[in-house]
Amino acid sequence: MTSQGLHLSGAPFLRQENKGLAEPHGSRALGESAERSSKHNRQVTLSVPYWEQWREEAHAVKRFAIHHLDQLLVEFERNAVGRGATVLWAKDAEEANRHVLDIVQKHQVKTVVKSKSMVTEEMELNHVLASVGVRALETDLGEYLVQLAGQRPVHIVTPALHLSAEDVGRLFAEKLNEPFTSEHEKLTDIARRHLREEYLRADMGISGVNFALADTGSICIIENEGNAGLSISAPPVHVAVMGMEKVIPSIRYLPLFLNLLARSGTGQKLTTYTHLVHGVTPGRHFYIIILDNGRSNVLRDPASRSSLFCIRCGACLNACPVYRRTGGWAYGWVYPGPIGAIITPHLVGMEDAGKLPFASSLCGACGEVCPVKIDIPHQLVHLRYRAVNSPSPVRSPLERLVWKAWSWAMASPLRYRLAMSVVRWGVRFAKYLPWHPAQLGAWTRGRELPEVPGYTFRSWWRHRGAELSREPATPGKKSNPVTQEVSA
Amino acid sequence: MITLKNGLPGGVYPTYERGEKVALFIPCYIDQFFPQIAEATAGILKDLGIPIVFPEGQTCCGQPAFNSGYWDEAARVVRHFCDVFRPFPFIVCPSGSCTAMCRVFFEQVDPDDRIVSVGRRVFELSEFLVNILGITDLGARFPHKVTLHSGCHGRRELGILDQPIALLQNVKELVYCELPNIEECCGFGGTFSVKMPGTSIAMGETKAANVVRSGAEVVTSVDISCLMHVGGILKRNPQTRHIRAMHIAEVLVQR
Repeated sequence: MTSQGLHLSGAPFLRQENKGLAEPHGSRALGESAERSSKHNRQVTLSVPYWEQWREEAHAVKRFAIHHLDQLLVEFERNAVGRGATVLWAKDAEEANRHVLDIVQKHQVKTVVKSKSMVTEEMELNHVLASVGVRALETDLGEYLVQLAGQRPVHIVTPALHLSAEDVGRLFAEKLNEPFTSEHEKLTDIARRHLREEYLRADMGISGVNFALADTGSICIIENEGNAGLSISAPPVHVAVMGMEKVIPSIRYLPLFLNLLARSGTGQKLTTYTHLVHGVTPGRHFYIIILDNGRSNVLRDPASRSSLFCIRCGACLNACPVYRRTGGWAYGWVYPGPIGAIITPHLVGMEDAGKLPFASSLCGACGEVCPVKIDIPHQLVHLRYRAVNSPSPVRSPLERLVWKAWSWAMASPLRYRLAMSVVRWGVRFAKYLPWHPAQLGAWTRGRELPEVPGYTFRSWWRHRGAELSREPATPGKKSNPVTQEVSA
Repeated sequence: MITLKNGLPGGVYPTYERGEKVALFIPCYIDQFFPQIAEATAGILKDLGIPIVFPEGQTCCGQPAFNSGYWDEAARVVRHFCDVFRPFPFIVCPSGSCTAMCRVFFEQVDPDDRIVSVGRRVFELSEFLVNILGITDLGARFPHKVTLHSGCHGRRELGILDQPIALLQNVKELVYCELPNIEECCGFGGTFSVKMPGTSIAMGETKAANVVRSGAEVVTSVDISCLMHVGGILKRNPQTRHIRAMHIAEVLVQR
């Protein structure tokens, strides 16, 4: 594994989890913002009477697209090239970075402006550019802030969700020598002033792609700040980098996806700007890099395939009670939250990311809000199965043995009774122990243990219940709704 | 292909013919730690004149291993479950989560029809009462302020939410208090509660705070596993110790 593995090995979820909670301010700001967005966006989506039909339709379109990816990508390439774009294919991040560096060299690029793109985070593109002396400036406000702070995005739509206005004021004071302020408008003004000149100075603009349209060969980029529009049009060279799952069959379906993405992502009916890039005007250069980087691994696993339907709206992150408390960095790589927990193991490998599918209470909030109906909760369980059965940090012969013993005990009522009586005595005496080991300690850290009753239901049934089941119903004593309602 | 909703073909509940035997599936932790819930469940059904049986060979539905990724180990337990319950047309269980395991997830463990068809005959108590028997009033009386915690598995996999609310609202003198953010997970999540205790407890504390905010003296649910966690947090804090966690079956047998 190349550069991607680094972050994961440095940030396994279990260790980061506690660290995130130790900083209540940081995680609370993020948690509250995510919760607020989630509630607002949910209200917006549910106010659309045909929301469920939209979701079904989008799921069907994406399903078709992913199952015909080979044909659609080739069609997209043909049509994009026909409009003057240069299309480059990349098997992995390394190859994509090589393409970018070739373009940099060809056009003698010194400075780059970037609009928000998660796929270039996968590539660690900014580091790669810096290594050849090219300065890449993030222009999306959130990305700009985390870049200034030397951090990584905590969220795929709102990268600086963890920063309060005060945090931003301090950051600007420190890095840009601006007088401290926490007023939103003044902060925006400062960012705008610093960013505006950069667009005109830059030799190249790099963007992501929200949708690639196979039938027209065009790409669609949506945004709210105007920075993407400037990044892709002011400099003479535009490089758009897309994950290969971004293609949809036709421009006809674009309105559907725009409707879903804006509402689920930010609670807007439509984003402020929607850019459709059809080819290139004379004297300018337009490159599209189509990146695999592990997506073929997802394609190979039928149970995981629908995770490629993702349109990166971030709704599952906002809805996730675990994400809200741990923040994005705990997930260790580019994509946090429930969607990150199901795609990262495929993109970087189980060896590095095997713990991620366990970072969930399986509550299902993610699946409920997903605008393209990815069955995230079921895929989490599926990947747990894969994780414990393949080389990964969660594969443990000891744990396997424990579950084997459990399964042996649970497959017979006699062994069940014996095993359970041991558990009952354990719980009963746990309160006299000064210290609780392992999982017991994990429970009692914040919770009382249940009281252990003096009998079990099955022992009660043997004495009382058997006769209870033989006793005829006693109509005189109590009303008997079944006879009245069901037999009617 | 049949479309499944609520783990049932077309989301349609079967018809219960009077006199048909109903098997009780009592999840392992209820059998061992909360037998009074199983007694209440048996009592409710018996009072409705329903012939009940408790197949004593039963153990567990296999969910703990399944959710931990140990599907092969879960499969052995699931097969045992199905052998025990195969003769019964209706299997009633006082847990949304275990019912979801049987009805929705057995298929993942073993797609054999002899497994899947048994799983699909498992019904959570409140849905059996409301959706299958059509009963919302059990003649209970419970003069307390009660709030409902809605377990995620039951609600999102099986659509259980209106049923327990309807049952509670028909309990005499019971004051139903709405739980703020009812849709949010309490953080129990089975082994998640001990694998990621920090996050699990933080989620539980939020839930406990919402229970306090609801103004209730009793928090109830169709899932005692969630309540073991939320109740354990409420008990830990002297200010919230007085709030009782009760399974809905225990509330419904109060007179």
